[in-house]
Amino acid sequence: MQTILSINNLDLKISDRGINTPILRDINLEINEGEVHGLVGESGGGKTMVGKSILGIIPKTANITKGSILFDGKIIEGSNALPRKGLLGSEISMILQDPMTALNPVLKIKTQMIDVLRKHKGFSKASALVRATELLESVHMRDPERILEQYPFELSGGMRQRVIIAIAFACDPKLVIADEPTTALDVTVQKQILRLIKEQQIRTKAAVLFITHDLGVVAKICNRVSIIHSGMIIENQSIYGIFKRPKSKYLKALLNATPRYDKPAELLVPVEDNVIDDLINKARFYDEGRDSA
Amino acid sequence: MRVEIVLNVQNIDVSFPDRSRRSFLGRMPEISVLHKVNLHIAEGKTIGLVGESGSGKSTLGKAIMKLCDVSAGSILFEEKEITGMSEEEFRPLRKEIQMIFQDPQSSLNPRQKVGKILSDPMINFGICNSREQAYEKAVNILERVGLSSNYIDRYPHQLSGGQRQRVGIARAISVEPRLVVADEIVSGLDVSVQAKILKLLKGLQKEMGLSLLFISHDLSVIRVVCDYVVVMYEGKVVEEGDCNDIFRKPSHNYTKELLEAIPLPKIEKDWL
Repeated sequence: MQTILSINNLDLKISDRGINTPILRDINLEINEGEVHGLVGESGGGKTMVGKSILGIIPKTANITKGSILFDGKIIEGSNALPRKGLLGSEISMILQDPMTALNPVLKIKTQMIDVLRKHKGFSKASALVRATELLESVHMRDPERILEQYPFELSGGMRQRVIIAIAFACDPKLVIADEPTTALDVTVQKQILRLIKEQQIRTKAAVLFITHDLGVVAKICNRVSIIHSGMIIENQSIYGIFKRPKSKYLKALLNATPRYDKPAELLVPVEDNVIDDLINKARFYDEGRDSA
Repeated sequence: MRVEIVLNVQNIDVSFPDRSRRSFLGRMPEISVLHKVNLHIAEGKTIGLVGESGSGKSTLGKAIMKLCDVSAGSILFEEKEITGMSEEEFRPLRKEIQMIFQDPQSSLNPRQKVGKILSDPMINFGICNSREQAYEKAVNILERVGLSSNYIDRYPHQLSGGQRQRVGIARAISVEPRLVVADEIVSGLDVSVQAKILKLLKGLQKEMGLSLLFISHDLSVIRVVCDYVVVMYEGKVVEEGDCNDIFRKPSHNYTKELLEAIPLPKIEKDWL
């Protein structure tokens, strides 16, 4: 299997009034073709920043101080990096948590979909409209002609996320970055959307970087998983390894601290403070240039 | 021993004006949010109220707190009808029914220190006579929710999400209420913090013999805290029962659908 994306020894710092705060620490991540790769972590762990680094949309105050990112064999971040223009939207696309901010509120769905197809695929206006209708059908939207004439605010959260997914997979991308795509949705809708992402992923054979905080969601959709905390990859395993043979203390603790309706309350064990403290120490050692071992 | 019913909600209806269908003249049409909802909570019990967004679960919580108008039915708190009460009459009961909110960032006054946040209600409801006494008590309560006494001089923005939620819980229990309504109190928290807050709440509830109405969209979280669960769908109660029964063999189709849709952290090949 071929690697479509590799992140090598990536360090990222945010500078605020002369103070540099490390956000990502020596991140290594490989995503193979056609793989759904889960990136799991808690808030502030740096998982969104990894996605942003790949897309090249890190904040102005952030600096990548070390490492490189290769997409499809081309360097897109690091020394001698090629510009991403021409890749974004077609070969690399994204699905965000909040579909309201991802869609332009003053444009009809039609306009937003046609724009993407014309720009990246060179469709004529008429053929783009036909393709847009097909794409909405492929995400199981009833009455696509009517949806095309509507504005984002007229659709429900789940419907908007379907439109976003249709757009994200519209140009047969090689990599889709999905950042918490189902977090804002009800569980029954979440299941539909997960199924949809999987379907589209199989149809286009795209690789997906699935960023989430939810180990349950990961168990259902990913092939491989990286666990992130304090901007460090703590563990990287196949989905079977993650749930059958978790290696790190942190992942074990996290699994025991996740409430689940199929187990009695007594089995829930909160994450002990020393597990988190160890990770924070490890991060500090890294920042000071020492080895934690 | 007779089981005392702390809260008894009988056949309540709540409706709101539907602003999206406002006509040029005349009244706005009403949209029904709760329809003939029944619920009772016995002393020292924890009831989980589950439903998806828009199911009316938070509205039911608000109706019990008298934060919204009830158009039909009655709510009895310790056998006293509260739906018709004026705010004046209801005031003493505010001490008995406390609420913990989802977002402790917006439910704690950002300009007050934790000490003031905790001591104000105790002075207000006459539990403490002086500020000094209230502060002393606030320190005790902070310790009960797992925060050391030096947090008394902090502002909410100086605390983490989990610590803020601890302060929210501390404020609710400080006035020794009979009933606590907790609305999605762990939804904004990370898993590693969530479990701690759930254990804390469960522990305090047992210790103080509180009755608890725990509102959540997450059945897994409800299992940790509650004995009994009520499932709501489109403003109606569709199923209720002991947690063990409902989770093992749900009878209503909606409950089944809801349980099947929850992704458990284990590998299930044909789940999607």
